[in-house]
Amino acid sequence: MHKTQDNRAWFLILPVVLLVAFSAVIPLMTVVNYSVQDIFGPGQRYLIGLEWFRETLRDPEVHRAFLRQIAFSGIVLAIEIPLGVLVALGLPRVGWKSSLAIVILALPLLIPFNVVGTIWQLYARPEIGFFGRVINDLGIVFNYTADPVSAWVTIVAMDVWHWTPLVALLAFAGLRSIPDAYYQAARIDGASRVAIFRYIELPKMRSVLTIAVLLRFMDSFMIYAEPFVVTGGGPGSSTTFLSIRLVNMAVGQFDLGPAAAFSLLYFLMILLVSYVFYTILQRISAQ
Amino acid sequence: MAQIVIDSLRHSYDGNLSNPDALALKQIDLTWEDGRAYALLGPSGCGKSSMLNIISGLVRQTSGRILFDGTDVSDMPTEKRNIAQVFQFPVLYDTMTVEQNLAFPLKNRRLPADEIRRRVADVAEMLELGPLLKKRAAGLGAAEKQKISLGRGLVRSDVAAVLFDEPLTVIDPHVKFELRRKLKLLHEELGLTLIYVTHDQSEALTLADEVVVMAEGEVMQAGTPEELYERPSHTFVGNFIGSPGMNFIPCRADGERLAFSGGSLPLPPALSRKIVSGQSLKIAIRPQHLRHGQPRTERIAAQLVELLPRGDSYVADLRIGETAVAMRVPDDAELPSGELGVTFPPKHTLLYADDRLIGDLDA
Repeated sequence: MHKTQDNRAWFLILPVVLLVAFSAVIPLMTVVNYSVQDIFGPGQRYLIGLEWFRETLRDPEVHRAFLRQIAFSGIVLAIEIPLGVLVALGLPRVGWKSSLAIVILALPLLIPFNVVGTIWQLYARPEIGFFGRVINDLGIVFNYTADPVSAWVTIVAMDVWHWTPLVALLAFAGLRSIPDAYYQAARIDGASRVAIFRYIELPKMRSVLTIAVLLRFMDSFMIYAEPFVVTGGGPGSSTTFLSIRLVNMAVGQFDLGPAAAFSLLYFLMILLVSYVFYTILQRISAQ
Repeated sequence: MAQIVIDSLRHSYDGNLSNPDALALKQIDLTWEDGRAYALLGPSGCGKSSMLNIISGLVRQTSGRILFDGTDVSDMPTEKRNIAQVFQFPVLYDTMTVEQNLAFPLKNRRLPADEIRRRVADVAEMLELGPLLKKRAAGLGAAEKQKISLGRGLVRSDVAAVLFDEPLTVIDPHVKFELRRKLKLLHEELGLTLIYVTHDQSEALTLADEVVVMAEGEVMQAGTPEELYERPSHTFVGNFIGSPGMNFIPCRADGERLAFSGGSLPLPPALSRKIVSGQSLKIAIRPQHLRHGQPRTERIAAQLVELLPRGDSYVADLRIGETAVAMRVPDDAELPSGELGVTFPPKHTLLYADDRLIGDLDA
């Protein structure tokens, strides 16, 4: 077959090129641009290579924020995944009760992130918030504006409250997809409740739980609005996570160069973790 | 092993027994003898699976009793009933190996480890699962998976009965034949009581010592395959069993004859006495009992419409008067085209009054 060579066809991909350029490439390149220069003012800029990257990687504040971030994601996952599965197991399986339970359960997911932060900022206040008052009345000193442990408890509790429903809904979907025959066979085989969970429910929930772990890890790793509203990263810098640290650098101190380098490193980190998880997911769905 | 008695069982899934037409099981009284193989045969939705689930206790009947060796087990949960059941689709524990799958029912009942090993090895050998024992069950084909499900049903030697709920549905025809033969062999070897639900008549007739035919929540007939085939007690059974089913010709009693569209047959006085006036009568005969071209017999004129090949034989589609009648013709027999004279051997010609068998014309 004869092929017509017509370079005007390149114009057909122009809309996509423009779209990608303005949505991704140009903003990203702006950041790259900042990350390799030291800018003192308009017209006063010096190319400094990878200096900002080196500085960011050596910055002890960044190291601490990174460790806090890992600890936060770890704690949150360790609570939300088992709790979500437990909630899913306890949900009614059929009928209007099931629908009602799901609607109520899903409510926290519908609240905007900074509103969640505001809710908990008030809810956990030691003098007027219900949560804070109850804990203080139990004789435990609880003040998230002064005490790092209280601050962490508040932020973890908030994230658990906000996101466990997502895990529960995913786990519930997994449970619902198990045919009745499995439960019937388990009864015939004389399996205990624990054995049913271990050998039927858990394996059948495996793929949805993997998705839940991925989603929760990524989201908790990038958390910003809620802790920012509740503690602003304090007391001290005890709840300063990566994104809060980044914003402090870029907006608070106006250190655009180091902030740009930090952004790129943060982005690469997320990209790497996403890739690893994507590979795991692919492998699971291939089985 | 045990004798299982079903005593005036009635079941409705909404728990309401007031409307008899809406019941899943209408009124069942049956006895399953120890060590025999039974088939529960019927079209989809006739209540055969409900019956099985009630015997195993997965479903609680609305009224009536289930007795195992004289003990009422109606309120006993499945786990305590000591019964094995195999489902239509393979049910496996995906994370376990084949061996662990087979051992699972025994392990849950805390049998000693060496006993478990011995039983699993026995079952694996019987079902030819030996080479697969160490493999993960999840990656196997449908036939192997179902074999494992069968194996889990057979691994407990002390069960009151093994219930099968159409277990060969997902299996390819040639493997199906093989497995069916194996099941029959196992039954004979181990003396298990089998209750086998199926809608496939050839499966029921080859596997079972006794077949229970159900329709619309009722037992139509229970008997040996021969009884069901030769003397169906209800027109439903005659139609349902056999391929093609039994021929039914509507008729009326006219003195000493049974008259129908296109002819008549002699009515023996003994049979005549059983007929109550007002009943609708039907003459019935199996396609392979019809004869044609026989000398010195009473012949009925029939039109040949079409000859349908059936592999090893033909089925002649005939018209007697206005009624369509099927006749089996051996492969090598010559059939005259157009009109032929067919004979109804009295011994095999049955008479039904209001769909119930009242006797044969040889009486």
